[in-house]
Amino acid sequence: MPENLFKVKKEEYMLPGNRACQGCGLSLAYRYATKALHQKTILTIPASCLTVLHGLYPTTSVMIPCLNCTFASTAASAAGLVAGLAATGQTDTTVVAFAGDGGTYDIGIQALSGAAERGTDFIFACYDNEGYMNTGTQRSSATPLGALTTTTPILTKVQHKKDMLKIMEAHHLPYIATTSPAYPIDLYDKFVKAKRIVGTRYLQIQAPCPPGWGYPPRDTVKIARLAIETGIFVLFEIEDGKFHFTSRSKTIAQRGRRLPVVNYLEKQERFQKMSMDQIESLQKMVDSKWQEYQKKAEG
Amino acid sequence: MEKKDENISAMSTVAVGEAGRTGDWRDLKPVINHSKCIPTVKNKAACYLCWLYCPEGVIKTGIPVEIDMDYCKGCGICAEECPAKAISMVPEGDNDE
Repeated sequence: MPENLFKVKKEEYMLPGNRACQGCGLSLAYRYATKALHQKTILTIPASCLTVLHGLYPTTSVMIPCLNCTFASTAASAAGLVAGLAATGQTDTTVVAFAGDGGTYDIGIQALSGAAERGTDFIFACYDNEGYMNTGTQRSSATPLGALTTTTPILTKVQHKKDMLKIMEAHHLPYIATTSPAYPIDLYDKFVKAKRIVGTRYLQIQAPCPPGWGYPPRDTVKIARLAIETGIFVLFEIEDGKFHFTSRSKTIAQRGRRLPVVNYLEKQERFQKMSMDQIESLQKMVDSKWQEYQKKAEG
Repeated sequence: MEKKDENISAMSTVAVGEAGRTGDWRDLKPVINHSKCIPTVKNKAACYLCWLYCPEGVIKTGIPVEIDMDYCKGCGICAEECPAKAISMVPEGDNDE
């Protein structure tokens, strides 16, 4: 383990004493993303939890230059930065857009789709905490079936989560990857890899949110790990259309041993009102998604 | 990075403790039992899973492992993930370790 650990940079680029909540999944993932990206990088960030983490003027807690943009324009502002850097001859600088699931799945999707279609040379990282957590846990199209949010307080969410990865796959991107804070080294590797590739790269991070999902802050890593063990979230990479599992999901795919989704659901308060039908429906969806991925992995 | 650009009027400077001393948020504090902690027991750089999983980056990978209590928010992930169960969360204000 240590050899593997020490390839990760020891310096911190996200400084302590920031505004992220106790046990924030995003904060953990972001620590490794900044370690991987640190040099020659410009960030662009819409209104989100990440803006809160970056802090208030005149101080910031992140050591990477960052542009704050409006909610819908994340990818458009990234395209602008790329054009500006090209005009001034600084083509060795990577532009990274970091948005939440609201800024990716809902509000930012048209700008992202536009930039991806044009093949803008940038990384789009979506940290998916499955709702509008920054404004107080409202439902987004990334919220899973059966979750309680402040805008679905009685009936729970009745729709399944939108498959954003499939939408991004349809854009034929050179690199698509999913990552989880429970496997920080895998996350680090994927960001390092994405930085080397040219073209639009899309990375999705699952970011467990203790106040929004309703679990004690100490369980962040456990919840993220359970999401992978149950197959609700799958770690994979798609490079030029070639799909392969990575990290823990690879071993699960080989051994074919997945935990039932209930193990993941019962740990979180947001699923407490979920009906048996909904649990079954979710399990079916997870099963069919796995079969689809396994077929893709076989080629 | 510190270079002033006259076209930018509101540029933030990097600082530790942007939100103040976030150690004040804690109700439970992590206490390391060094007789169980793997790097101290083996007397070499090993394990460091607490450093890996700390969302704040306040854990220092030395021998012995140290935690910056000024900024540790007390989430308890380190205590949960420690394979040797060397870290325990004790209520803030208890001085006997």
